[in-house]
Amino acid sequence: MGILAPIASLGRTVIGLLAATGRVSMFAAAAVSHIFRPPFYIKEFWQSLLFIGYFSLPVVGLTALFTGGALALQIYAGGSRFNAEAVVPSIVAIGMVRELGPVLGGLMVAGRVAASIAAEIGTMKVTEQIDALVTLSTNPVKYLTVPRVLAATLAMPVLVGIGDVIGIMGGFLVGVSRLDFNAATYLNNTIDFLESWDIVSGLIKASVFGFIVAVMGCYHGTNSGRGAQGVGRATTNAVVSASILILASNYVLTELFFSA
Amino acid sequence: MIELANIHKAFGANQVLKGVNLTIPKGESMVIIGGSGTGKSICLKCILGLVEQDTGTIMLDGVDVRLAERDAFLARFGMLFQGGALFDSLNVWQNVAFRLLRGSLKRPKSEAREIAIEKLRRVGLKPETADLFPAELSGGMQKRVGLARAIAAAPEIIFFDEPTTGLDPIMAGVINELIREIVTEMGATAITITHDMSSVRAIADKIAMLHDGVIQWTGPVSEMDASGDPYLDQFIHGRADGPIESVR
Repeated sequence: MGILAPIASLGRTVIGLLAATGRVSMFAAAAVSHIFRPPFYIKEFWQSLLFIGYFSLPVVGLTALFTGGALALQIYAGGSRFNAEAVVPSIVAIGMVRELGPVLGGLMVAGRVAASIAAEIGTMKVTEQIDALVTLSTNPVKYLTVPRVLAATLAMPVLVGIGDVIGIMGGFLVGVSRLDFNAATYLNNTIDFLESWDIVSGLIKASVFGFIVAVMGCYHGTNSGRGAQGVGRATTNAVVSASILILASNYVLTELFFSA
Repeated sequence: MIELANIHKAFGANQVLKGVNLTIPKGESMVIIGGSGTGKSICLKCILGLVEQDTGTIMLDGVDVRLAERDAFLARFGMLFQGGALFDSLNVWQNVAFRLLRGSLKRPKSEAREIAIEKLRRVGLKPETADLFPAELSGGMQKRVGLARAIAAAPEIIFFDEPTTGLDPIMAGVINELIREIVTEMGATAITITHDMSSVRAIADKIAMLHDGVIQWTGPVSEMDASGDPYLDQFIHGRADGPIESVR
């Protein structure tokens, strides 16, 4: 038994992981299926859209601004080693719209929104508000999960699109003020080298990340343990799992979109 | 009529219900008493389908509750939760009129608000309370709002889960009187869960004592004091000595 213990432990971990994957998948499938079936909670959707989209704008915008600026400095420093400083505008633009905009935007929204959703729904669960919803003939998935998932999936591309513009502007400001680029040349290089698929692929990624953030927030909130500790754990799990899934799905999507 | 037959429910190794049999006739106020953790709330949650029993059947007017059409079934119930379970994001009148603002019982907003204010008045709250949020209310007021929400859609059956827990004796008396009045005037069937013996005497037509996963004793409240049942005697007199272990 002593020799088999590590194998048994590994087996339990794998089974646990597969079971959790199955539960999350079924939860996500239920949420998606309810999107298309009435009743629709329009007011809750608009409220979620406001909270997830509009109120995340400062966080995403600031992240993009500083990332764009830092990216310009790094590319300039790296590019100067082989006389390729001129590529700064195009690499900043491509890097922002393809990767850094969606990924960093997704991670920032995961920190802000997944935590908030998990804490809110988790608290509703431990204070019996979810049971109360059921007794009031209201499906908690429809009322709590669907508006948040739909709002996050639709809001994230818009957020990331705005973040991309701000990030490119961050690179532009650093390029012009610190790296002595000509403003018109910088903007021309940015526009000339950017293709529409660069932008569209980033926005598709953003939509997927928004879906992940909301599903993980709702899932962990709905399955929260009892008491303050249970809600705290649900919140942590929501942020960690959403972040990991964003990074993993980013790799998968990048392979799908850009592998030759 | 609600009939629970041989209900078993376990959570992991913890067998909470071990064969509960209980009948609640239409229009009667049944109070279920018993120690903490004996499964009283689980009984209510099984009836409502919030928790599924492992074995046994629950019939409502002769129909198995698991086979009933869910929306129509739930529309017959109102429930006051132990902590009120008011929705933090909605103000008081929207909480009370929750059922009237959506679903099959949907009414125009102004009418729903009027009904909510009327129900608030019925539980002794002023119309000014309607636009407050639950966080702005005291515990007693939250219970009253919960009570107003439970009766807002005039349900046939009302459940009260520890309605006086956490309230001072005067507020507890007020809530007890309200429950008794409302149940009588609506002609509703009521099941109340409580540890509070003053509530039992104020609310109950009949009582059932749940202990060790089964109904230990059931009968009219008038026979409670002379039941001769050692479990019930120990519980209603709050004695540490007796067949119910004080360390659980």
